[in-house]
Amino acid sequence: MKRVQFGHSPVPYFFVAPQILIIAIFFLWPAAQAVYQSFLLEDAFGMSSQFVWFRNFEDVLSSSSWLKSAIFTAVFSFLVAFISIAISLFLAVRADEVIRGAKSYKTLLMWGYAVAPPVAGLLGNMLFNPLMGDLYKLFNSFGFEFNHIQNANDAAFVVTLIAVWKQVSVNFIFFLSGLQGIPKSVTEAATLDCKSAERRFWTITFPLLAPTTFFLMVINLTYAFFETFGIIDVSTKGSPGGATATLVYKVYVDGFLGADMGGSSAQSVLLMIMVSVLTVFQFRFIERKVHY
Amino acid sequence: MYQSKWRSIANHVILILGSLFMILPVWIAFVSSTHTREFLFQNGLQFWFGGHFLENYGAILFDTAATKGRVTALEMLFNSMVLGLGFAIGKVIISMMAAYAIVYFRFRLAVPIFWVIFSTLLLPLEVRIVPSYEVVSSLGLLNTYTGLILPLIASATGTFFFRQFFRSVPDELLEAARLDGAGPLRFFIDILVPLSVTMIAAIFIIMFVVGWNQYLWPLLMTTDDQLYTIVIGIKQVYNSLYEGGQIPQFPKAFALTIMATIPPVLVVVIFQRMFVKGLVETEK
Repeated sequence: MKRVQFGHSPVPYFFVAPQILIIAIFFLWPAAQAVYQSFLLEDAFGMSSQFVWFRNFEDVLSSSSWLKSAIFTAVFSFLVAFISIAISLFLAVRADEVIRGAKSYKTLLMWGYAVAPPVAGLLGNMLFNPLMGDLYKLFNSFGFEFNHIQNANDAAFVVTLIAVWKQVSVNFIFFLSGLQGIPKSVTEAATLDCKSAERRFWTITFPLLAPTTFFLMVINLTYAFFETFGIIDVSTKGSPGGATATLVYKVYVDGFLGADMGGSSAQSVLLMIMVSVLTVFQFRFIERKVHY
Repeated sequence: MYQSKWRSIANHVILILGSLFMILPVWIAFVSSTHTREFLFQNGLQFWFGGHFLENYGAILFDTAATKGRVTALEMLFNSMVLGLGFAIGKVIISMMAAYAIVYFRFRLAVPIFWVIFSTLLLPLEVRIVPSYEVVSSLGLLNTYTGLILPLIASATGTFFFRQFFRSVPDELLEAARLDGAGPLRFFIDILVPLSVTMIAAIFIIMFVVGWNQYLWPLLMTTDDQLYTIVIGIKQVYNSLYEGGQIPQFPKAFALTIMATIPPVLVVVIFQRMFVKGLVETEK
């Protein structure tokens, strides 16, 4: 905090009031409701409800569809984070090296940040459209018997590809700025000692980028958890049979389309716990980075 | 720096392939949107322009029949603009004020207030959609701009950006201002706000794009077509593509997709330097 501050007065309360008011109404209240409802069991018509302690949680954790969705979310998040980070790092290293056209390449690779996830989903949806999609035709012309409408793995492939495509640009921006933050003297000294560009990358550049990579890992996992909702909702809609429904998508399907309030709230609370762990982890890491 | 000729050529090839990977899907959607639906249906997606640009885009912008609802794309663009601007402006003002209080004042509830604000980072809107929807509906705010924008502002990301920035402002400024007799309000308006202009602009750009691209919340909130944003609108059009046994209106759906994409992309490309600076510096 600041060494010099204003003393006690009602002024700061006036400044935080709008934020606190909005948080109280649109955040604390709904969050408390989610926790409260996760302990309730509603009857089929939503007329009455009774307090059932942890039964909703037991039901959720023991249901095979939730476990299936949890496993899919874990694998999907990891793949999206890993692949998009790998592609963007590869591109960023090359973009950092080129001299001619560097600015154009940068623009061409970073604009994707502004594409909405559902728009990305629609573009993928159209490329894999069985009627006219070029990628659908391409894969089948190689004899893959590609069918994302019925085959769970193919559907997961489509969702992963779209999610990676959408995320490459964000990672690229961070990696490029990380690379440009490495002092020129370090790279020049390394060039004198070692001719192999590949070895220089693994022994010098990559370790220096480790904080960026770690930070991006957290960002990408959060993205794969939450923001891919838009992609899934307009491409596979979780089909076939919930094989591509992430946990967030399942909360929406069960709560809004299936009207299972207790179960959906219990799922929300479980998600809250998972995200909290992830965020605390991230903040502890960042605090440590500041001290170094 | 030493660089072999082959390495340099390889760099360009890789970067061109990477750029194509990013651009091709949007390019295909764009040029396909300038063909007739019969042509697309028979020949598949296109890689070059057809001659129906004005016809398709004109229909989607001004004719409600083309968007399958009661609103034209023009009205949807307007709604998206309201959401993007409202979200960005609201977020900048509210989070800047809160960050000012947290950084520059000593007050009794400072610590609990900080933790309440921090806790919003733990739970994105996506995990509490069902109760949020109930709260907004019980306040009678469904299908209003207020109900659309305010719950999205509840997350405190902006507050943390500004907190970080204010902490880097030299202490001497406040000392000098106080010697000159400036009060808290005066210091905020005359010194801190002008000092933060680039930071405000960067956060504004990022938040505009984030607001424009919102999907899940508007999807739940707006049951009335009049409030559809363009991102929601394209979903509705795609959903109704196969209805009625006609040839699907793919060109118009593509046209809508392109129109939803152009404004935020333009903003990001035009203000590229500011945007990158804001993104990289604030998210660290």
